[in-house]
Amino acid sequence: MTRDVLSPGVSRRVLLGAGVGGVLLVGLHLPTGGRSAAAQPGTPFNAFIRIDREGAVTLVMPQVEMGQGVYTSISMILAEELDADFARVRVEHAPPDEAHYTNPMLGVQATGNSNSIRGWWMPLRKAGAGTRAVLVQAAAQRWGVAPGACRTEAGQVIHPASDRRLGYGDLVGRAAALKVPSDPPLKTPGEFRLVGKPLKRLDTPEKVNGKTVYGIDVRPPGCRYATLMASPVKGGTVASVDDAEARLVPGVQQVVVLDDLVAVVGEHMWAAKRGLEALKITWNDGPNGQVDSAQVWAQIRKASAQEGVVARQRGDADKALAGGQVVTAEFEMPFLAHAAMEPMNCTALVTPGGCELWLGAQAITRVQSHVAQALGLPPAKVKINQHLLGGGFGRRLEADMAVKSARIAQKVDGPVKVVWTREEDIRQDIVRPVYHDRIWAKLSGDRIVAWKYRITGSAVIARWLPPGYQKGVDPDAVDSAVDIPYDVPDLRVEYVRDEPPGVSTGFWRGVGPNNNVFAIESFIDELAKKAGKDPVAFRRANLGKSPRLRAVLDLAAEQAGWGSPLPPRCGRGVATQVSFGSFIATVVEVEVDEDGDIHLKRANIAVDTGIAVNPDTIIAQLQGGLIFGLTAALYGEITLDKGRIQQSNFHDYRMLRIDQTPPIAVHLVKSGEPAGGIGEAGTTAAFASLRNAIYAATGKPLRRIPFNRELLAKGAGA
Amino acid sequence: MLQPRTLQINGEARTVTAPDDMPLLWVLRDILGLTGTKFGCGIAQCGACTVHVGGAAVRSCLLPVGAVGARPVTTIERVGETEAGARVQDAWLELEVVQCGYCQSGQIMSATALLNRIPKPDDADIDAAMAGNICRCGTYIRIRDAIKRAAARA
Amino acid sequence: MSRLRRASLIGLAVVVMAAGVAAWLVLPTRSMAFAGGSAVSLASYRGPDPTGVPAELRGADLVTRGRYLATAADCAVCHTAPGGATFAGGLPFKTPFGTLYSPNITPDRETGIGAWSESDFLRAVHEGVAKDGSRLYPAFPYEAYSLMADADVLAIRAYLFSLAPVRNTPPANQLMFPFNQRPLMAIWGALYNPDQRFRPHADRSPAWNRGAYLVEAMAHCGDCHTARNLAQAPDNRKKFGGAVIQGWRAYNITQDRTSGVGAWTDAELAAYLREGHVLGRGAAAGPMAEAINASLSKLAPSDTLAMVAYLRTIPAIGSGDLPAPRTDLASDLPKEMAAGDDRRGREVFAGACASCHGWSGKSPLFPHANLTGVRAVNDPSAINVAQVVINGARLGRAGGDVVMPAFGQTYSNAEIAAVANYVTARFGSTRSEITARDVARLR
Repeated sequence: MTRDVLSPGVSRRVLLGAGVGGVLLVGLHLPTGGRSAAAQPGTPFNAFIRIDREGAVTLVMPQVEMGQGVYTSISMILAEELDADFARVRVEHAPPDEAHYTNPMLGVQATGNSNSIRGWWMPLRKAGAGTRAVLVQAAAQRWGVAPGACRTEAGQVIHPASDRRLGYGDLVGRAAALKVPSDPPLKTPGEFRLVGKPLKRLDTPEKVNGKTVYGIDVRPPGCRYATLMASPVKGGTVASVDDAEARLVPGVQQVVVLDDLVAVVGEHMWAAKRGLEALKITWNDGPNGQVDSAQVWAQIRKASAQEGVVARQRGDADKALAGGQVVTAEFEMPFLAHAAMEPMNCTALVTPGGCELWLGAQAITRVQSHVAQALGLPPAKVKINQHLLGGGFGRRLEADMAVKSARIAQKVDGPVKVVWTREEDIRQDIVRPVYHDRIWAKLSGDRIVAWKYRITGSAVIARWLPPGYQKGVDPDAVDSAVDIPYDVPDLRVEYVRDEPPGVSTGFWRGVGPNNNVFAIESFIDELAKKAGKDPVAFRRANLGKSPRLRAVLDLAAEQAGWGSPLPPRCGRGVATQVSFGSFIATVVEVEVDEDGDIHLKRANIAVDTGIAVNPDTIIAQLQGGLIFGLTAALYGEITLDKGRIQQSNFHDYRMLRIDQTPPIAVHLVKSGEPAGGIGEAGTTAAFASLRNAIYAATGKPLRRIPFNRELLAKGAGA
Repeated sequence: MLQPRTLQINGEARTVTAPDDMPLLWVLRDILGLTGTKFGCGIAQCGACTVHVGGAAVRSCLLPVGAVGARPVTTIERVGETEAGARVQDAWLELEVVQCGYCQSGQIMSATALLNRIPKPDDADIDAAMAGNICRCGTYIRIRDAIKRAAARA
Repeated sequence: MSRLRRASLIGLAVVVMAAGVAAWLVLPTRSMAFAGGSAVSLASYRGPDPTGVPAELRGADLVTRGRYLATAADCAVCHTAPGGATFAGGLPFKTPFGTLYSPNITPDRETGIGAWSESDFLRAVHEGVAKDGSRLYPAFPYEAYSLMADADVLAIRAYLFSLAPVRNTPPANQLMFPFNQRPLMAIWGALYNPDQRFRPHADRSPAWNRGAYLVEAMAHCGDCHTARNLAQAPDNRKKFGGAVIQGWRAYNITQDRTSGVGAWTDAELAAYLREGHVLGRGAAAGPMAEAINASLSKLAPSDTLAMVAYLRTIPAIGSGDLPAPRTDLASDLPKEMAAGDDRRGREVFAGACASCHGWSGKSPLFPHANLTGVRAVNDPSAINVAQVVINGARLGRAGGDVVMPAFGQTYSNAEIAAVANYVTARFGSTRSEITARDVARLR
């Protein structure tokens, strides 16, 4: 990245624009010191750091917090180089502002693809170090000493020779007049005081006492409550609404009928919900009214029979695969809903010439531009109050909930909080697409000598970030496939774009690597069996060029007691992955009972994620991510009938619960490599490691998610 | 016309006007502004809405307000003022249980009710008391550890 | 006696016995035979008219009266497909002989009954013969409806004809031979449909007679609650003694105190018919909940009480496998259980069930979810417990429906069996032993 995120002129404008107008830069603050930002906006040194005269440091978060601990990790990076007193930093959500908060790896202001730390590691260190440099310079000027004679610690500049010290707050005035250097010297890892320590998260104290205000919790004065039903079929419209009974429900105030949805507004959610249930709505289903899952699968399987666009080529895989014994298999992944615990919601106030929104969004500028477009407003007239997210998982990368809420709010006098019922949340999900994968490979002894892999599925990138879709290849769909870690001389990876009918497809925690690591690592176990090798030994033999992956493989195997005997119908499965810049090996142990039900016994994850900013967060993310993936592997599937999503709530879209959750040990490899992404990697790890454990326990080579327990019952056919 | 009713919430008498059938969850959130109690599923399958009614963990998303009667209601906002609630919250912070945090109000209410009933729960007790609380972020491992930590502090 | 002759005599005896047994197995029986022989024709009956609508509707117009009677006869439940237009047909009936689909009875001329005259309609309802002369299958309970007074049948027709016609052709029946031969149904009709209008009993109270009309001619309770003979006709020697239908167990509603409803008070019976729920007795689910939601809950209070008066006189028949329901609460502590604890069942219960039902059997949320005292929970077959877990339940209620979600889609047969056995063990009088294979058959 060459963009200068530290330009003081630009950053000043952001802050002044906010401050002078009397409008807060952002709508929500997460005080860690008890002061309100309105009273103490502080002096901006760049788009990320403000310091007030009391020395309180406000850090502006370019990434959103949805549970992955990023506010803490980002604050640690900034505070590290700034040498701030970490106990006194407070964090603030960034406003929609692509000029300053665009993720350097994503190219948009969004939180996804596990690249918060990967993208911001250097820019934020420079932001912190540059600010520190002008504070040091200001102190040195005041003392008449050389800046080089000063050091910093916990929010103070210190001149050891004279034993003088000044707090950052005392230096703000003078430092603000100095030019923040764009390329300041950075600490060496050996000098880190915060990075690498398992620090307490900044957002948790208010999450254990109910004080955190998620988007769903806002209550602007005069707020009404609404819930909605949109056409259950994609592209359908409202044909007629009989609201006679709904209007009789106590507390119902208004029925809003738009082209594609109906909402009921009331004194509270209960009135709105009962009112909605009392409506008699008929729909024009439109062209998708007969779509069912069988059609979706028939279409993608057919598409997958065609040759795809080459996404990666090394040697000549087709030639190498001609003749001799070729091993081949097909794998499939279903539609999945996100089911964040906080159902979709957005509070909206539409006034003549403007709109104000309250929600937790992963892509705040997308929300702003989509709402502006829907309402015919300039984006600047759409003010967004960002909140902490009660789960994102990719669902809140979309803007549909904001657009629908704003359209409803257009018809409502005053602010309206639109809350999706869980049923609406699932039925209107923008689902993780189905995938169909085919692999062909050839062995020579225990070496893979040829490899052809064809991925067929939706190009989410083509819709969500069109410039990212180049030459017919969705870079997400082929992620972790084009960069397969095995030493294969002849390699070909193809991509077939197939857009499933009847749904919108979106990102889902673990994105493309979920599918590819599942297919590849499952297939590797089948190859190992063909080669007569143990799965760990087989991988090791084929990972000659990936020492970091081999190291975590060895560590995971050792920690899992790989090779030690297990009772009948128990098995261990291993999967390795290089995804989101992290190197991970996972061993899952299961028991498959005689009815075919799968019982998770334990898991071990070894990870080399480069520099670990907050190791405790990394452990939590891998554990939680694995559980997210295991849930999908065991139970996750969205199906369609008559164009409608068939699942609706947790009784039919099932979640792993505490009593099914095995112990998950995470083993961190100490590393000085650049930090990798970690929020999604655990999810990616789940599918193949569990599948291979079932394979080991039962000999049944499952090739489809979710795992069909009926196939695993004792005596069931393959 | 609906008659006002008085509820004992977090040690205070609160008078609200709401139909008998209205779930306590919406009375707390939308009438009284106690938004720490969360809406997750509306069918008592996720536990995000858990509060204490007469000391027991109850899913407020389905509990009709008319069924509450004179029983005291405690929510996440004030459970920290109870001995067990404070221990649970402390353990939650010490072990850094929380991720997105949305389900954690319910988790903490369920865990506190468990400790009030079974001061030294074993794994089976924890399973039985906590299996009704879904966490999409997957914090279950730390929840189990934190309950044990809190129990050990009694 | 020659050996040949003896053999042939024995053979004859066997044939005669077999015929006797067969006749016994298919013997036509009358639904009100138990009440004795004092029945008189409607015309000669001196008491208040047991047919028609209740007093408060007597002055209403024909369509309104027809609507009430169509509700009492529960026409809509069978003639409406899930998600389909009311009365437009298409609901599948899975029988051992194949699948039947209910016809469209909206007044659409081509796909419904719009072209049917009054006599066409009367013949169909009383005799099971369609306008085109084809025989209807007895999934349509014309052996019960034949008791209905002509005026009531025609009021129902008037109501149906007042509705908007819906163009809908339900799927064709898929029955195996010989059951796909409609003319054969004429034999069934001749045997099992007396084609006789309701005959009141002069020695019984007006309420009893009204109740008898509602139970037998309208609500056709015996269609589910009376076991069928080999020819699939209700065997009234076992009247209301319970049966398994459509995979659900319709329980014994005779006056047997242990396995029937003999121990229920009149008020409890009436409340159950009206609301589908009685504290300490349980809540309706499955087909009974449908009957309550669509029909029984909408009857006039006097009609509900009349049905109770009639049901009170049904002779007790014991269902040997059904113990008296356990009435004491289970422990509130999950791990405390007298016997039959099972880790797997407990886990499913803890995750999916305990939040609503509680560990003691007394729901922390609402009485509909109490498990203590419930017949299904005290049924060692656990058929209905498993069915409710698979399919969920919904009871209509003014303050919002009471709903149990359907868990069948994501819980395995083994999990459902485990939780059903756990529930019967924890809250019932006898632990069930339902297996994953049994659950698979219920789906």
